[in-house]
Amino acid sequence: MTNQGSSWGGSSEWSETGALQKSPQVDDWLAIRPDGKVLAFSGRVELGTGVRTALAQIVAEELDVPFERVQMTMGDTALTPDEGYTAGSMTIQYGGFALRHACAEARRVLLEKASDTLDASPEELVVRQGIISVRDDPARAISYADLMGGKRFERKITLKAPLKRPEEYTIVGQPLRRTDLPGKITGTPSFIQDFRLPGMLHARVVRPPSPRARIAELDSSLVQEAQMVRLGDFVGVVASREEQAVRAAKQVRIRWNETAHLPPMEDLFEELRGQPATEEIVEERGDVQAALARAAQRWSATYYQPFQAHASLGPSCAVASFHDDQVEVWCNSRGVYPLRRALADLLKLPVSKVRVTHIEGAGSYGQNGTDDAAADAAVLSRAVGQPVRVQWSREDEFTWEPYAPAMIMEIHAGLSRKGKVVAWDYHAWSPTHVVGGQAGIFLLAGQLISGKAPPPIPFFFGGARNAPTNYSFRHQRVTMHWISNSILRASSFRSLGGSPNTFANESFMDELAAAAHTDPLEFRLRHLKDPRGREVLETAARQARWDTALGPGEGQGIAYAQYENEEAYVATVARVEVDPATGRVLAKRLVVAHDCGLVINPDGLRNQIEGNAIQSTSRALKEQVTFDQQHITSIDWETYPTLKFTEVPEVEVVLLNRPDEPALGAGEPASITTAAALSNAIFNATGGRVRQIPFTPERVRAAIEAGLRGNSQGRDS
Amino acid sequence: MANEIVITVNGRTHHVAASPDTPLLYVLRNELGLNGPQFGCGLEQCGVCMVLLGAKAVQSCKLAVSETTGAAITTLEGLMAGQELHPLQRAFLEEQAAQCGFCTNGMIIAAAALLAKNRHPTDQQIREALEGNLCRCGAHVRVLRAVKRAADLLAEEWGESHD
Repeated sequence: MTNQGSSWGGSSEWSETGALQKSPQVDDWLAIRPDGKVLAFSGRVELGTGVRTALAQIVAEELDVPFERVQMTMGDTALTPDEGYTAGSMTIQYGGFALRHACAEARRVLLEKASDTLDASPEELVVRQGIISVRDDPARAISYADLMGGKRFERKITLKAPLKRPEEYTIVGQPLRRTDLPGKITGTPSFIQDFRLPGMLHARVVRPPSPRARIAELDSSLVQEAQMVRLGDFVGVVASREEQAVRAAKQVRIRWNETAHLPPMEDLFEELRGQPATEEIVEERGDVQAALARAAQRWSATYYQPFQAHASLGPSCAVASFHDDQVEVWCNSRGVYPLRRALADLLKLPVSKVRVTHIEGAGSYGQNGTDDAAADAAVLSRAVGQPVRVQWSREDEFTWEPYAPAMIMEIHAGLSRKGKVVAWDYHAWSPTHVVGGQAGIFLLAGQLISGKAPPPIPFFFGGARNAPTNYSFRHQRVTMHWISNSILRASSFRSLGGSPNTFANESFMDELAAAAHTDPLEFRLRHLKDPRGREVLETAARQARWDTALGPGEGQGIAYAQYENEEAYVATVARVEVDPATGRVLAKRLVVAHDCGLVINPDGLRNQIEGNAIQSTSRALKEQVTFDQQHITSIDWETYPTLKFTEVPEVEVVLLNRPDEPALGAGEPASITTAAALSNAIFNATGGRVRQIPFTPERVRAAIEAGLRGNSQGRDS
Repeated sequence: MANEIVITVNGRTHHVAASPDTPLLYVLRNELGLNGPQFGCGLEQCGVCMVLLGAKAVQSCKLAVSETTGAAITTLEGLMAGQELHPLQRAFLEEQAAQCGFCTNGMIIAAAALLAKNRHPTDQQIREALEGNLCRCGAHVRVLRAVKRAADLLAEEWGESHD
């Protein structure tokens, strides 16, 4: 499923040791300065989730230095290891793993050095706050800084240096405050949008009205305050003042030849299902066909996930400086090394002549327009020979960012007389959830300059995430129907297929519970053996007071998943209020129980979980990319509405800390259970079953009416 | 320049070179070098560009700079008293009320305008006052707590000054 060649994905983000193979030396990860500052280098980047702080906690802990002394450098092709993309909730899990071992190795080197200097055996030494001393003679002591004297470690990371035991932790596990927030609440430059270079010019790109549109005629006679750059169908304007660039972009008159043909919105899913598809059975146990045939009851349902936008609050922005046949680029890319290779290809430069440095932007939750903006800036800086800042407009971002792809999920299941699932046959239709490989043609600028479409992506990724359930169904088959044409440019968006698949799985579990006349919590527990899974379910239910009576119009729903089937455990209980007359749904309260093993920073973790819960509520209730047969029509916050403050539910988080279990990622898991919990709560409130995201008032009203007619569920026989 | 525009930002007057119809946001960021107000949509839909115009929170992304002469403009930077954080800034830190932090400017500015006219807002009043401020990361529940904490901090300060 994920046979990514190295030119496509790079595997360093997907394993514990991947990055350590490319960057095997302690010095690749750590430096101790003479003033005692500890510089730690991570190829991961801060995407607004607080990992800068959490990784620094890991470094301080494993190295035994005060937290304040650790300075993180993240995501810079000139300075940090290549850790591929910051994605998949892997930063703590794998990025943290690498740093932790680098620190343990460094600590061992320091103890060896101290043993010589202090003339004591390593066993006699103790480390506290970056100072090594002899246990029985504390006056004999030396600091890390003095031991190193500004020199390098010159040691390979063996993975064999002793690690601290979790019970010894004093920094990891503490709710330390985020190191980036003081700057952000006082207006200190914090974001790529705040990055300025001397002589920097402002640019805008004049975008086509639809994909693959070609320039038929261009008139730039009105442009006076800016320099226009045209390379094929790529048109940019560069000016000394930002408002001049904004004006100039409107003054370029272009007649476009449009050729895009999109299906009517209402036919989207039919169109998707009609695409040529590659079938892949991702899991099979037992004999589903036979078990279905034998089942006492057979049920089926189909669920729909629309295209959704990352909708970063700050549209993409990047700065580039091209000089002396090399280019420096600053942007909010989640993969500085992959982007570097793509830019080198686009600009026909050796990779060594491209430097990409990450600077934080607005939260992105996957691949949005950032890398494309970086390419825009690089192309324009080369054209004008000065540093250029490109700022996308709101409409640029909404119409040109790559989207979370639309998906279809269809499930058939059989129930026994005792109300147990005896057969589970799952099908999902999905394209690959990546924008492309590390080549210029996958960047918008590359497509506009060459006039070519990107080649199809020769691997399938992301859509099968959480397609299999973790329930102990005796006969289960999960089939992916990988479609090669995603219709709109597809991308990674928080959890990839994890959210749509869990929406389907956990909604259908609820449908089956209703068919079996069983409480939805009880029904899930009946099929779940894993004690950690059972515990999050029971904890969420207890915290939400699952058994209390609800008011009129109120409903509650539960959903459970283990992220990627082997990562963090999460259960969500949603409480909603539905107005049956209008179909309007208000999410009142979400309770999330979460087990991601060892907790590095409990407050940072809670923050992630709350954010996941709220953002996924917004996606479930309100969000879809809309289009006519040629153009994207969701172009701003009115046409792509997200959850507003008065619509935000209360969120209650229960953390199950397991210090002896590995730390698992938390950037995504709590986003995948929300949609089903909400849909199940709507069913609980109204008897109507909504199977298509978003749960708009019209769809909810239609579901309620179907429920009243007794058509809420699909019984096959 | 013949029609030079003079604006007052964070207590200081500035002579602006921009043309009169230039959005205030570009002047604040590019001419004055401020970083608090951010560009989010340019359509007055999201609130990240908010500044205080007098005591009122306004979006600066479409507002022509020429319309702000004579008014006292306060940005996130201007909320501080010297090196001392405004109670809202303290409260946002104490509650860790942000994820990416891109909406934080607008949240704090809108909350400052609210607290200026309502010292003890209810949850619902806070939500309504921040309705025009979008947050994509879902930091809302923390923002809500932070604004309430700031109200408490302000009440304490007010109480202390009358001791």
